[in-house]
Amino acid sequence: MRHQTFFWFILPSLAAMILFIALPLVSVVVQSLHIEHEQVIVTTENCGPFGCTEESTVDTEATAQLRAKQPLGRFAGLSTYFDRGHLASAEVSEAWQSNATWGGFFADLYNLPFYKALSFTLTYTFLVTPLVIVLGLLIALGVNRLKPVLKGPTIFVSLLPMIITPLIGSLILFWMIDAQGVIGKTLQWLFEDPELSLKASPVLTWITLMVYGVWSSAPFAFVVFYAGLQTVNSDSLEAAMIDGATRWQQIRYVVIPHLMPLVVFISLIQLMDNFRVFEPIVGFSAEANATSLSYIIFADMRSDITRFNSAAATSVLTVIGVAILLAPVLLRTWRDFKGKAV
Amino acid sequence: MPNPAHRASRSVVFFSSAFVLLWVIIASFPFLWTLWGSFKVQADFFSKADWRYALWGTRTLIETGDTFTGAGYAGAWIQEEFWRAAINTLVVVFFTVLISLTLGTLGGYALARSGQKYAFWLLMIALIFRAMPHITLVSGYLLPFFEWNLWGHLPTSIIVLVAINQPFTLWMLHSFFLNIPKDLDESAKVDGCTQFQAFRHVIIPVMWPGVITTGLFSFLLAYNDFAVTSMLLSEENRTMVPAIYGFLGSTQEEGNVMFAVAAVVSATAPLFVLVMFFQRQIVSGLTAGAVKG
Amino acid sequence: MSITKLSMISATAVFLGSTAFAGCGISSGNVSILGNEFAAIQAVADGAKQCAGDGVTVESNLNKDYRELQVAALTANPAQYSAVTTTNAAIVPLMSDGLIRPLDDLIAKHGQNLSKNQLITVDGKVMAVAFMANAQHLIVRKDILEAAGLEVPTTYEEVVAAGAAIKEAGLMDHPFATTSKTGWNLGEEFVNMYLGFGGEFFKPGTAEPSINNEAGIAALNMLKSLTELSNPDFLTFDSNAVQASWEAGDLAMAHLWGSRGTGLLDDEGSTPEVVSNTLLVSSPTVGGGDIPASTLWWDGFAIATNISDADAEASFIAMMNGISTDVVKANNDAAVWLVEGYEPAPASAGVFATAAGKTKPYPMIPFMGLMHTALGAELTAFLQGSESAEQALADTEAAYISAAKEKGFLN
Repeated sequence: MRHQTFFWFILPSLAAMILFIALPLVSVVVQSLHIEHEQVIVTTENCGPFGCTEESTVDTEATAQLRAKQPLGRFAGLSTYFDRGHLASAEVSEAWQSNATWGGFFADLYNLPFYKALSFTLTYTFLVTPLVIVLGLLIALGVNRLKPVLKGPTIFVSLLPMIITPLIGSLILFWMIDAQGVIGKTLQWLFEDPELSLKASPVLTWITLMVYGVWSSAPFAFVVFYAGLQTVNSDSLEAAMIDGATRWQQIRYVVIPHLMPLVVFISLIQLMDNFRVFEPIVGFSAEANATSLSYIIFADMRSDITRFNSAAATSVLTVIGVAILLAPVLLRTWRDFKGKAV
Repeated sequence: MPNPAHRASRSVVFFSSAFVLLWVIIASFPFLWTLWGSFKVQADFFSKADWRYALWGTRTLIETGDTFTGAGYAGAWIQEEFWRAAINTLVVVFFTVLISLTLGTLGGYALARSGQKYAFWLLMIALIFRAMPHITLVSGYLLPFFEWNLWGHLPTSIIVLVAINQPFTLWMLHSFFLNIPKDLDESAKVDGCTQFQAFRHVIIPVMWPGVITTGLFSFLLAYNDFAVTSMLLSEENRTMVPAIYGFLGSTQEEGNVMFAVAAVVSATAPLFVLVMFFQRQIVSGLTAGAVKG
Repeated sequence: MSITKLSMISATAVFLGSTAFAGCGISSGNVSILGNEFAAIQAVADGAKQCAGDGVTVESNLNKDYRELQVAALTANPAQYSAVTTTNAAIVPLMSDGLIRPLDDLIAKHGQNLSKNQLITVDGKVMAVAFMANAQHLIVRKDILEAAGLEVPTTYEEVVAAGAAIKEAGLMDHPFATTSKTGWNLGEEFVNMYLGFGGEFFKPGTAEPSINNEAGIAALNMLKSLTELSNPDFLTFDSNAVQASWEAGDLAMAHLWGSRGTGLLDDEGSTPEVVSNTLLVSSPTVGGGDIPASTLWWDGFAIATNISDADAEASFIAMMNGISTDVVKANNDAAVWLVEGYEPAPASAGVFATAAGKTKPYPMIPFMGLMHTALGAELTAFLQGSESAEQALADTEAAYISAAKEKGFLN
């Protein structure tokens, strides 16, 4: 394809992405390198319905003058990235020096918000992604064998976990897993433990979130695999059958290689989405036991005082994290691409 | 000669059917439970006292005189005018899918056919773009949108949704186009077509399975979005998900959970119709084998 | 009370309003209101809309997430909204950035009906007008307390003792609950308790934290004794969860928002046995202190800086109509109004008792929000038993300091 033709084809899409993603991304990076101006604090007498108190207030005019000079705030370099809320370099090195054992070091590390979030985020990503791929493939293979009449309704039902918006879907499940709820009671009966609560213990909360993650993402993998299955070359399947391949061998040596590009695609998307896991944490009120990088961003943005610089730094760290996670898959894609281009 | 594949088939059929059945139960149970519960009162839906209340509607009977009540639906649709949110969602979803797919097919096609290094790098950059948490992006939009008086309108949200979903759409369509044999448009070009004519006359007729599958995901994204729509739309332009979220109340104020539950169930109904309508395309379109590897 | 009833009431107000408020004395101007979304605010916005007419437009955007929008919306020039509803916490970023204007001249002109305690003054300038109040307070089940032979507790020490007695008597396993969900709710519980112990959050006149002290440790230990009386899921308990448990009859004592009182006392969601025995009483004192361990909150409105003076005047008049006596009378039970004409309802008993005990208002300090967030995030480990109180408070201070540095409050 000629460069010019390529340009015109891609232009609308590219323009939208530059305007709404690239430019904000640049601004986020710039803001993560700044912190706010020193605020001029004065003590004033404040009164209201419940009497008067002496309280600190920001001297708006004095602060506004500082702000007018440098609208972005003070340049802080990477200091926000290394403060306690993020990579916490000082705290980590102290934990390293003060602990003789790995256990103590990790316990101290887990006490820092970023590493606490990272540990859940990574566990979630590396457990949920493969499970989603396997479950999605199994469902696709199963549905593919159904009679045509049953396929439509089954596809719809299979899509249900994905259709209901995660924020509300997880909230409904949260009500159901309550110790008094239908799933909670069933589990208590199954495990013969009347005190069992999925909400109280950290381990059970993690498991709950991951089960939800697999449940809600499996339909995505299913749909993609199902589409891919329709294009499996029936000649090669028949050839395999004539060669005496068992059903498992047919799947192993014909179907799976055919679906390999889709596996790559789903892993890319799932690694990225799972790394940004967020809605289930809010829906399941799991903040006490499980936080993620996206949750930290949310907490910075939605707290009483918005901390945009801090959220920007965590966002940049998230993007870097995603890039690292995807690197192996991307390298593979690059080799494929070069192979094709030649 | 005994065929091992056929020999195994009875148990394979059994296990695979049992597995699909199990999956169907797991996938649909929370939804069915919610559907059933949406006709009860809140005390039964939560059923803190005894979970079986949700089945029999014990409190519903006491409070309304019947074991089923449509109060949640009436409250959400009539009193809280949920239909406004439904119309807004319809508009947002329709245009988001339409624009996403238009831009995405053009771009995805170009990326699949270019073969240049920059095409690969563009795809990579698009992927990195996708990694950006939406909530950070959205809060960055707020001030400029307020300044330029763009905030609160449906078109703004549509464009934003299109843009942040573009990396995914491009990736997905790009891989679908890679599967369409190059010879098709090459031979059209030999016959004297321009690249666009080749795309228009040769590729468009065979690209539908990929486009419909991608469209399904664009649809779900726009339909389920909360981060963008809750922050960028004013109250009268609000879509369904933020509206449902609004029913839930806040720390200090009690909401009306049953309105939310009824609204969640109602919000699923159009999807059922849609999947039933497109399932033939999803199934037969894909089986047509247009996307042979 | 459900939204259903309230909006029917406010619909009546609108209907009455069309005759009662015909013409608010505004000739022209654009009024647009940004606010929180619940029944009382809806009633106020509807009241303000009665001023719409020839040359006057009144629009509102009520959204639970209004606080995420307000700074950007009012920073734009001209501001997207001319009036905002606000609270003692939400007003802080608006004041720090100079986004709301002093109202003294407008009050002199149009605010004769306001009582002095409705005016929120900062350094002598009125920055907002309050119209309703709220506070967390204790609710108790009369029958359960009687069955265990107990009086209504007035201190937290008595609450703990009563909880233990109820447990021992085999009446309930988890007799107490409060909004102890990790995050804002848990932070708020600590703020209540710490103020009850007479603590100060910052070194006077500075933004430096000072919570890692005896009062802080005592407050944390008290929270821990309370959560031990709570269901083990307590770190997920928000107001909705506590209210649902209460209505199901699972609790004997709870510390909950006054604004939930109407819902607790209505006939929906609960049995007559629970409702008739629900008592709304003052928040308890703690540690021998003489003020209840709670915080008082107000909801009010403020007017944007970045709008024309004419629009500001129109907005002020419209908002005054929104909080007029007629609106309040028509929506009497929707809130604890600070406006003349309000008839205290049974559901407001707890808030009034708590306010009468000279409870402190939630601090309107620019960096209080950062402290609150740090508390909400860092205290969890202590309550789960995996960290000491000192460590939890030290973590909180460290988290606060890094946030305050980034926001320019500390160097």
